[in-house]
Amino acid sequence: MTKFDNINKIIVKDQLKLDCGKIISDFPIAYETYGKLNSKKDNAILVFHALTGDQFVTDINPITKKDGWWKYAVGPDKAIDTNKYFVICANVLGGCMGSFGPNSLNKETGKPYGNDFPVITINDMVNAQYFLLKHFKIDKLFCVTGGSMGGMQVLQFVANFPGASHTAVPIACTSNHSAQNIGFNELGRQAIMADVNWKSGKYEETNSSPNKGLSVARMAAHITYLSKDALQEKFGRKLQERDDLKFSFDADFQIESYLRHQGSVFVDRFDANSYLYITRAMDYFDLNKKYGGNLSKAFENSKTKFFIISFTSDWLYPSSENREIVIALNSIGADVGYVEIESDKGHDSFLLNVPDFLETLKNFLNNSYERLNEKRI
Amino acid sequence: MKKEFKIIASLVKKDTRVLDVGCGDGELMSFIFNNISQDVRGIEISKNNVQKCISKGLTVIEGDAESDLFQFPDSSFDFVVLSQTLQAFLNPEKVLDELLRVGKKAIVTIPNFGHWKVRINLLFKGTMPVTKSLPHEWYNTPNLHMCTIKDFFDFCDKKKIKFIKSLALNQESVKNISKINLGTRNFFSDLGIFLIEK
Repeated sequence: MTKFDNINKIIVKDQLKLDCGKIISDFPIAYETYGKLNSKKDNAILVFHALTGDQFVTDINPITKKDGWWKYAVGPDKAIDTNKYFVICANVLGGCMGSFGPNSLNKETGKPYGNDFPVITINDMVNAQYFLLKHFKIDKLFCVTGGSMGGMQVLQFVANFPGASHTAVPIACTSNHSAQNIGFNELGRQAIMADVNWKSGKYEETNSSPNKGLSVARMAAHITYLSKDALQEKFGRKLQERDDLKFSFDADFQIESYLRHQGSVFVDRFDANSYLYITRAMDYFDLNKKYGGNLSKAFENSKTKFFIISFTSDWLYPSSENREIVIALNSIGADVGYVEIESDKGHDSFLLNVPDFLETLKNFLNNSYERLNEKRI
Repeated sequence: MKKEFKIIASLVKKDTRVLDVGCGDGELMSFIFNNISQDVRGIEISKNNVQKCISKGLTVIEGDAESDLFQFPDSSFDFVVLSQTLQAFLNPEKVLDELLRVGKKAIVTIPNFGHWKVRINLLFKGTMPVTKSLPHEWYNTPNLHMCTIKDFFDFCDKKKIKFIKSLALNQESVKNISKINLGTRNFFSDLGIFLIEK
């Protein structure tokens, strides 16, 4: 009996050959759905989550008891309107919310895989989630969407399955992980691996967890999700429940206290090995290289209608990187729209209440859906 | 819809590939989409306008015509439309070259600086002209390279750009422009509308 017994999952019986060469089969992919699949099965939207997300997109996450990570965007009458669309989201391969990942039990040893889990890629994640389409007997999705690593999965999905979705909305992402982003991920991994409780990835066997390391990883990453202006405005040099500096290494500043809090709540819901594996998958992501240095080739066979969204203050996946995808698509005459949304909330803008973004996303989806049914605007 | 757009739309052939450069809030694009061709794209510099276009279900990318047309392959559109913005670019010649590279044909409209009201403004008032179709003062005008219908004619001639159709718009009346009546049209028209190709 585990905490994941009562969540939805499919067991993939087929063999899946991973990029690392290993073959997996008979593995679980945990998922959640919102809204209803209509009889024509033309209203399904597959949402891909980001690094630390999971399948519980909106409502209350039954495991963490917290709000879903995309509550502003997904729900009745929201941008992704669950009165209209059937939303599917799966926990990625390598994740820690019920899908096959490093804390799954290795049947050969009877112990959790830990770092014996194969190194996975964005391509592997997408291929694993494709089995959900078969499960729901959906020939063609209405839309694939996601932000950050979710956006990378969108790009990979359309490249792998050119006819499987009418529309694609990659948000705040990139077609190849930059040196800066690999650097940040490496920082997080080193923090985890430097924690004595990591125990070379075998911490599950001793019921310990490298919480300190994982929380430092989260603190560092959290800074990259925000913008300098937003941090300055929210915290500035404000002190945390004190009138003056304490001449110690306590959290004197509110920003310190805030980051410590972010780190400590994160370890309650996330697995350190999953963090290692998923960040690795992001670092390995290079769709350009996979198509001989020509990103356009990735989408050559696709009739998918793209809409790409970036944010002005996102310095982690800046507009310039999103625009590269637009350029690659335009150069093959693909159907692509693009907008950069004004926001001071940094990379996290896609997760937050940014009305221009939510409104634009809603308009794009609703218009595209109507157009599929009636070719007139 | 304004007369200029109706004329532009009448020059676009049915079910062809169209790019509207500087598509604004998508008014012309919507008309083209609903009546002429569903294969219509736009590029627009203002975020606000891009969002308006998206809300109308149009395919638009946020970008600057001056620097972002490079991403479209040669002859990837049948018609490229540029309405009243050529004069606002830093390098109109380069933009015009790009329009005719990306499009098999281009529809370019220009506010006519040769209109008699403009001439009178400068001649008698001695100030930079401010008229209905050129409403800006010299210090806040986006128009860096104003030209007349005759200037544009000469310019295209020099560049060996062919005129398929040349129209002069004065309020609601539309007239053909030819080499013979060029002087008159240049004197009496607010706007020149040109269907050109390389």
